[in-house]
Amino acid sequence: MTLLKEFTKGFIKENPVFVMALGLCPTLAVTSSVVNAIGMGLAATFVLVFSNIFISLIKNLIPSKIRIPAYIVVIASFVTIVDMVMHAYLPDIHKSLGLFIPLIVVNCIILGRAEAFASKNNVLRSILDGLGMGLGFTLALVVIGGIREVLGAGQFLGINILPDSYQPMLIAILAPGAFIVMGLLMGLMNLKKKK
Amino acid sequence: MEFVGKILFMAVMAIFVQNFVLMRFLGLCPYIGVSKKLDSAIGMGMAVIFVMTMASTFTWLIHTYLLVPLHIEFLQTIAFILTIASLVQLVEMVIQKTAPALYKSLGVFLPLITTNCAVLGVAILNIQSEYNFIFAILNGLFAGIGFTLVLILMAGIRERLERAELPVSMKGMPISMIVAGSMALAFLGFSGLKF
Repeated sequence: MTLLKEFTKGFIKENPVFVMALGLCPTLAVTSSVVNAIGMGLAATFVLVFSNIFISLIKNLIPSKIRIPAYIVVIASFVTIVDMVMHAYLPDIHKSLGLFIPLIVVNCIILGRAEAFASKNNVLRSILDGLGMGLGFTLALVVIGGIREVLGAGQFLGINILPDSYQPMLIAILAPGAFIVMGLLMGLMNLKKKK
Repeated sequence: MEFVGKILFMAVMAIFVQNFVLMRFLGLCPYIGVSKKLDSAIGMGMAVIFVMTMASTFTWLIHTYLLVPLHIEFLQTIAFILTIASLVQLVEMVIQKTAPALYKSLGVFLPLITTNCAVLGVAILNIQSEYNFIFAILNGLFAGIGFTLVLILMAGIRERLERAELPVSMKGMPISMIVAGSMALAFLGFSGLKF
């Protein structure tokens, strides 16, 4: 039961984006379409799961004074792997995510989970935590990406879903739309929490 | 003359048209986190300008004279993040020794800069855009100025927001996002600039 809880807490209750407001840069930057959102979410999930496994395995070997640089090196290695794999097999998504793939290194969600969870728990729990948090991050990206793509282009996953007479709100896919959609969603989460 | 023109063009591009925070979504965490008070926003801004300029210098040198000759460009992400982390540490020690007063006022923000994705972002962008040494340094400087500019503007707005009457669930983060959205909308106007 508690293992299941480790897995599902990242979806809603401790959602890294909406509740903890971590990893805002990639969240806003890559959500102009759902495809990009899924690509980014899964890349971050991969890094999160593997860095959690690795850090949980070596947690007793690292002196606590240099643990943060050590974690960053572990994370950066997995980010490099993701970067190269995506470059080889998913060149289109790799191109549109561009700068933000190497920047997964400084995504506070990953370092945050390494420090707060993987360095204190065993491997199995760390895997579940990483997977849950990663999927929660992906979920948040897809929600924001979905809203922006539907409003801004009248499409979802590249398929027209609104009638042709719909005039796309271009602003939703531009930079200001990202901030405004995010702000309104955070407001809604706060409202829900209070009830 | 052409050289001066190029530099001016670059300054306008980096500070206004492609502003790191509002248009590229880099460095959002400190932008939202440290913009509550004007004083701390100025301190953070100055530290970021300094570190971004230094990071651009050193990462360019490391890329050109170490990674490229050895054909290990794929280690870019790891090499850059380590460079930035040690640079921040070095800057912290130097400032502590030479200017204790400045160190005290920056104190908390200095270590935070390592995980500011704007710093790693500018380092990678310099390499991707194939700037030469001088332009890489200048790009770091201008990007830092752009970051500081919006950080200070945001701090000014938020000091007033404290006293504004808002729905409870929109207080704090959500309204900051909406304000950032409106600022991004204003900055979008600069993209009409033609040279």
